[in-house]
Amino acid sequence: MPILDHLWIILALPLAGAAINGLLGKNWPKVAVNSVGIGSVSLAFLCVLEAIREFSLLPAGQVSFFKNYFNWMSAGSFKVDFALQMDHLTIVMLLVVTFVSLLVHIYSTGYMAHEEGYYRFFAYLNLFVFFMLTLVLAANIVLMFVGWEGVGLCSYLLIGFWFLKQTAISAGKKAFITTRIGDFGFTIGILLLFWTFSSVDFGTVFAKAANMPAESATQAGVLTWICLLLFAGAIGKSAQLPLYVWLPDAMEGPTPVSALIHAATMVTAGVYMVARMHPLFSRAPIAMFVVAIVGAVTAFYAATIALVQTDIKKVLAYSTVSQLGYMFLGCGVGAYAAGIFHLMTHAFFKGLLFLAAGSVIHAMGGEQDMRLMGGLRKKIPATYWTMFIATLAIAGIPGFAGFFSKDEILDAAGSGPNAHITLWLLGLIAAGLTSFYMFRLIFLTFFGKERFDEHEVHVHESPRNMTVPLMILAFFSIVGGWFAAPHLMGGTDYFEAFLHPVFASYGVQSGIEQGASLAGAAGEAGGISPSPAMELFHALTGPPVILAIVGLLVAWWFYIRRPDAPKKLAERVHGLYTLLLHKYYVGEIYATLFIRPFLWISTNVLWHVVDEGVIDGTVNGVARVAREAGGQARELQSGNARSYATWVVIGAVGFTVLMLGFWRMVR
Amino acid sequence: MSVVPVSYYLVLSAILFGLGVVAFVFKRNIITIFMAIELMLNAVNLAFVAFARAWNQLDGLVFVFFVIVVAAAEAAVGLAIVITIYQNRRSLNIERVDLLKF
Repeated sequence: MPILDHLWIILALPLAGAAINGLLGKNWPKVAVNSVGIGSVSLAFLCVLEAIREFSLLPAGQVSFFKNYFNWMSAGSFKVDFALQMDHLTIVMLLVVTFVSLLVHIYSTGYMAHEEGYYRFFAYLNLFVFFMLTLVLAANIVLMFVGWEGVGLCSYLLIGFWFLKQTAISAGKKAFITTRIGDFGFTIGILLLFWTFSSVDFGTVFAKAANMPAESATQAGVLTWICLLLFAGAIGKSAQLPLYVWLPDAMEGPTPVSALIHAATMVTAGVYMVARMHPLFSRAPIAMFVVAIVGAVTAFYAATIALVQTDIKKVLAYSTVSQLGYMFLGCGVGAYAAGIFHLMTHAFFKGLLFLAAGSVIHAMGGEQDMRLMGGLRKKIPATYWTMFIATLAIAGIPGFAGFFSKDEILDAAGSGPNAHITLWLLGLIAAGLTSFYMFRLIFLTFFGKERFDEHEVHVHESPRNMTVPLMILAFFSIVGGWFAAPHLMGGTDYFEAFLHPVFASYGVQSGIEQGASLAGAAGEAGGISPSPAMELFHALTGPPVILAIVGLLVAWWFYIRRPDAPKKLAERVHGLYTLLLHKYYVGEIYATLFIRPFLWISTNVLWHVVDEGVIDGTVNGVARVAREAGGQARELQSGNARSYATWVVIGAVGFTVLMLGFWRMVR
Repeated sequence: MSVVPVSYYLVLSAILFGLGVVAFVFKRNIITIFMAIELMLNAVNLAFVAFARAWNQLDGLVFVFFVIVVAAAEAAVGLAIVITIYQNRRSLNIERVDLLKF
């Protein structure tokens, strides 16, 4: 098994691409940079496919493949290996990461064609892929943390890609610093994990955790604390309340970056981490509850902000925050497979939405304000159709990918093991809001009158290397959810069945078993199970679908039928509208509560007192003492040789006396 | 035949050394100062020889040879410097040589 035994090759390819492009590519023609950048990622993608084929040939009982390459560091009982592992969860992530990366790389050759630092962009992208794959393939939490921080670094570099633009630099720093707050918790979580299990290896930790009883739902034990600390890292990385503020600002980066890093892959690392650590989370009900609450509230909260945004990328950014909330909601109620399922479909349709938005911006010559667009439907048909498909998918219209995954999450939130009516309601309302703001985006951008000057803006469809990735992603935005389609008719959910070995291997009951036992119980009690047609009927007329369609209709009413209605409504509920427009004033609140006091302390205490007073004072004081002493002592250098002679004699006498005294003392 | 006790030599050495020191500090002529240094060196030599003789050991004599060698070298270099100073200053007064100062 050539690739499976050498999983490191999958990592080495993008890393080599990054090194070649970054170190040598500066003066290369674009074709050379392209072939290195795209070549390395497509080779990595092929290696992933081959590794999956080889993985499927493993003996049936083997749930995961583990390979230790070398000992990375060891100090006493603390031992970290460079070890990679592969299981079904990894496979899903590997496919999503390499496939979407490949498409984004191809798209970027069109989108970034006229930019300075072309080679740098591709080097960063390849480096990102390397770190993301490290995160996914790591077999211990320390190596995972390396990837975790690495993708953060690449995110920072790519947000600030246009480093001459002040806002882009600030946004990069904001992203890095905000996630660092969460990562502080993550680091402590790793330490606590090692302290508890004396290992950082996933296999060892999970095996030990499997022998621990589940903790009570009222008192936090050590597992709860580990999970909460790790989840703090996920909150930062995956932009959940209260650390989501960096993601909307991250839109300062180039649009392909927003698609790849801030929608499809990096921000979902938190979800992956929670799913990976499921043996711990499942035994910590309080942590699970926190995950679910944070996810549900974020899903709802970010969706409300997205309602009034006018920047096309900002709408999508808040939408991403909201959808990530869904994934956490899924994980939090114990439906890890549903969360990962949504992660995958979201990678397709949100990646597509961002790339299509990039195509729109490209067509509009850099304009991002939707109020200045409109009527683009006929002019850029490929972009329009693909983006429309992605919108149907994210809104949860039946048949499209988002419908299946969102439905599963809401199902679990409403009737799963940790379900709660509030969680379900929040998710449901957010689904309606999602449908509204996404169709609002579509209607504002592609329908209605043209609100730009046609003589100034030359609208043109994007080149083929941009539209083809859009079409491929559109295809997957449709069929990406069909794994779960039979489930709607009472059959098997193939996606969940695929992940079942992962989530069942450490004694955690998964949805399938519950479904089976529930069905069994229902069958015993009622004697009949509902017919497939009835199940399908219920799924297609469930509240999420109804709300999605209501959202669509409301958006249509507001932005097509009565284009003056939004303004009137905004005036009628002026307070609420302003609140949403200013994003609940969270930026201002953070500035007042944290940033300004911090800045004040840094300036007035740390800078002017500690640095200038204490540190500079000490250094300058030492220098002054030396100078003063030297100034006094140099008077001796009078130039008068006879005074030197006197000093020599005095010195000799003094030394002799000293020696005599010393000698006498020793005697 | 009575032997002169070692303390006699030491007292003589101390007197010579003291004279050297006094001349070294108070004289103004560079040549005189130079001679004062020679006087001190030879006072020390005398003390070395006296001790070597008293304890019948060669170490002191070895030191004396070294001191003589150093004194010879010093005289060579020193007198060269004295000549240069005289050529520049037209004087051997030590107080006229005071440029090297703060």
